[in-house]
Amino acid sequence: MTRKNRRLILVLGCVIGLGSATVLVFQAFRATGELFIVPSKIATNAPKADRNFRLGGMVESGSLQRFQDANRPAVRFRVSDGVASVSVEYVGILPDLFREGQGVVTLGKMRADGSFAAQEVLAKHDENYMPGDMADELKKTGWKPEQGAPPAAALWNAAKANTSSLQTPPGKVGG
Amino acid sequence: MIPELGHFALALAIAFAVAQAILPLWGAHRGNARLMQAAPALALGQLIGLAASFACLVWVSVTDDFSVQNIAENSHTLKPLLYKITGAWGSHEGSILFWCLILSVCGGAVALFGGPLPASLRARVIGILGFTAFGFELFTLIESNPFARIWPPPLDGRDMNPLLQDPGLASHPPILYLGYVGFAVPFAFAVAALLEGRIDAAWGRWVRPWTLAAWCFLTSGIALGSWWSYYVLGWGGYWFWDPVENASLLPWLTGTALLHSAIVVEKREALKTWTVLLAIGTFALSLSGTFLVRSGILNSVHSFANDPARGVFILGLLALIIGGSLLIFALRAPTLGSSGLFAPISREGALVLNNILLCSIAAVVLTGTLYPLFADLLMSMKISVGPPFFQATVLPLAAPVFGAMAVAPMLSWKRATLGPALVRLWWVALVALAAGLFASLGMKAVPALAMGAAAWMIFGALAEIIERVRLFRVPLGNSVARLFALKLSTFGTTLGHAGLGVTVAGLAGMSMTVEQVVLVRPGETVQVAGYDWHLAGMHDAKGSNYNARVATIEVSRDGAPIVTLSPERRAFTTQTMTTTEAKISTNFVRDLYAVLGEERDGAAVLRLHMNPLAPWIWLGALIMAMGGFCSLADRRLRIAAPTRAAAPTALSRT
Amino acid sequence: MNRRLLLLTPLGVAAIGGASFWAMLRGMRTGSFDPRGIPSQMIDKPLPDFALEGFGRADILVLKRPVVLNFFASWCVPCIDEAATLVTLNRANVPIWGIAYKDKIPATDAFLTKYGNPYRRVARDLAGQVGIEWGVTGVPETYIIDAAGIVRWRYSGPLSEQAVSVVTKLATA
Repeated sequence: MTRKNRRLILVLGCVIGLGSATVLVFQAFRATGELFIVPSKIATNAPKADRNFRLGGMVESGSLQRFQDANRPAVRFRVSDGVASVSVEYVGILPDLFREGQGVVTLGKMRADGSFAAQEVLAKHDENYMPGDMADELKKTGWKPEQGAPPAAALWNAAKANTSSLQTPPGKVGG
Repeated sequence: MIPELGHFALALAIAFAVAQAILPLWGAHRGNARLMQAAPALALGQLIGLAASFACLVWVSVTDDFSVQNIAENSHTLKPLLYKITGAWGSHEGSILFWCLILSVCGGAVALFGGPLPASLRARVIGILGFTAFGFELFTLIESNPFARIWPPPLDGRDMNPLLQDPGLASHPPILYLGYVGFAVPFAFAVAALLEGRIDAAWGRWVRPWTLAAWCFLTSGIALGSWWSYYVLGWGGYWFWDPVENASLLPWLTGTALLHSAIVVEKREALKTWTVLLAIGTFALSLSGTFLVRSGILNSVHSFANDPARGVFILGLLALIIGGSLLIFALRAPTLGSSGLFAPISREGALVLNNILLCSIAAVVLTGTLYPLFADLLMSMKISVGPPFFQATVLPLAAPVFGAMAVAPMLSWKRATLGPALVRLWWVALVALAAGLFASLGMKAVPALAMGAAAWMIFGALAEIIERVRLFRVPLGNSVARLFALKLSTFGTTLGHAGLGVTVAGLAGMSMTVEQVVLVRPGETVQVAGYDWHLAGMHDAKGSNYNARVATIEVSRDGAPIVTLSPERRAFTTQTMTTTEAKISTNFVRDLYAVLGEERDGAAVLRLHMNPLAPWIWLGALIMAMGGFCSLADRRLRIAAPTRAAAPTALSRT
Repeated sequence: MNRRLLLLTPLGVAAIGGASFWAMLRGMRTGSFDPRGIPSQMIDKPLPDFALEGFGRADILVLKRPVVLNFFASWCVPCIDEAATLVTLNRANVPIWGIAYKDKIPATDAFLTKYGNPYRRVARDLAGQVGIEWGVTGVPETYIIDAAGIVRWRYSGPLSEQAVSVVTKLATA
């Protein structure tokens, strides 16, 4: 085999490898990509009936109902984005972080009756945000909001312990 | 006082890192032997500084010093001691410090064991490691100081996320980080080689053990993480194609490719440019994965608190390290010389095929992980890419890898013929066919094919050993003698390949899992997957920092009791959080898995699983990692070993 | 193909990646890119009808000028972080109206006394109902309503430096 042929085979191998990868990626995107849709967009933007998508929004307070679906525990709740809301049904155990009045993302498809059959429920949990239920929890911990954020590290050595926390100015500390 | 000491030790380590980054590189550039010889001492100094700093952090954590912000936010007096210690690397700040510590351990290891390296190469490797360490230590000091004080100190801490209070997860990050950061050494070797303008077989021999060590840790780390999500998250799944998981899979894929291409450099002095690029790319993927998760760009179930401001600093750092090394690559790679070409049907040809396929898989996973981000950024389109995408793309590309894995070790270097290799594997093909047919009785097509592939890989790997000891062709005693004479690295290859086979078998079995969510009253029995699950009762229990509700489930089959499972639902007192504790009973052929959900008017919501072959997934990964360590123990691969080429026959060495 | 060019490809790919990530980070800080959030449906829509103790939709509409609407609560630590920023914004003559989300009245008042009251007017959403109508996903969350009563911008989480400059530009336009 000549040097040229060997190089050709090497290049061909790479092209076949990456080429098939590209083809696979495009096919899979078309078949499985899950669009993220909020309740108010379902009317205008609904994907095909048999297509999975992600429905996201807030769980409306007081909308959570538990019921049984052929001896299997099921829940029904409404997901709202402020403009419209959709009824979601889910058979299974809700995630630990699921709460009414908090964000949620569900994966599933629309039913003919306009409700959403969820196969998966993911509670949105963001450390930046404080869900309302945590108000009580905060009081139990040492970190009370009244204490404010810590002072600049430079002040640390000058400050004395047990000086009134009320005097500490709020503000984020780089440290 | 102790936190300030830790802070000071960190600053000291940075000073050493600066010297380590500048002096040896300058010395190597100018040919100054004294500057080059300073490298090991500087690397060790940096290591000592960081070790002291980290020890201070552990001390502060154990003694509940809530005047330290990092501790106040992540610890609590009631937290068990084990998690106070492991909590030192559980928080964002602590984990970055730990990251730096491992980087300096790598530098220290090169300093200690790198004696036989040419002086200029060693100086350059240590210098580049010092430069990388400097960047990350500076980040720790400026943007995420683990010793920052809080005023006034709270009476108690906010406690750690209960999901993270678990022995599996406590050991997961250090091992995973050893893997991620371990790839810094091959990276440093690659950049050093570019600066030197020279790569030879000896370079390949030096790089391999470092790559192998990092790869073993990464393999174990990924397996531990997946095991953790299996038994802690209580969803019954083991791999979710979550961005964080993908971030660890990507360097594993390219690292595996690097492991194989370094062999070609060592044996044939070919693929030099490619191997260097792969070493840079693997470390770049390790770094970017960490960055994407920490900056909050990638969303995940187990992410740290994130902060885009921190992200900008890390991004700048990455631009410097990755961009800089790729620039050096573009400028200097032509000096490495053009690689010799070789026959497509040969050992090196098979290794190239391995590289092409593994890198294609990595490209596919990378695309799937990043596509939602780019769709959002460029087209304002919210789209998710879930497991179906990855299954549809990764499986077809993995199949040829599985197929080639058994054949490749049978091929000889330089020029081989496919026929004899395949003939030697005839019985393996029969076993694989039988396994596939047997599996197809109870399985769908794809898992049954995977079972066949798994048998092909496991027995193909064994076939290589059998071939080498000439079992049944020479007297048995002779075969045993040959077995003991085999190189450890041969066993390493066998274990590595067979381990992947075991994992694939586990994955195939796991795809046949039976899962059911049921509502059961105490005293009632339900049938799931042919087992009778009897809910004997519910009771309350109390842990050190949580209250639990426990269900007692007696599992039996055809009247014969098998096991009693007691899954829990824990409410943590300091964080308003409940966790589900799944309970698992395994006999290595199947897992019985029970999760307790909420209770509704006296009835309990249970999720019951029967997971066939589930433990094999992690067992296989363990075997793979053991294979790696086995190869590492091989004398030829040890760093201090002589650099002569290996003798051609297996029998001449022990 | 030119070998040099081939060797430069990895650098090019990395550069494109880096630039995109930088754009994402920047977007996250100005509120134009939020990979984790649920996109707000309020953007470019007229503000929803609501009437709370404190103020309602009509009070905002009669102003005929841009208003910054900030959802906050005394129990939220990020809100404390944000308080100083809002006070500064208020001094710079940016009109900020606040809605106390699911908060007890005395707690809100204590919060405002302690950290300063940057709000021209404060409304109380005790039940959190208005929060749902707006699609608030957590506190703090900030909206800008233009002179015509159309919601133009949303930011979730405490306002970052870049977000502040966006607010100043939009709300004083």
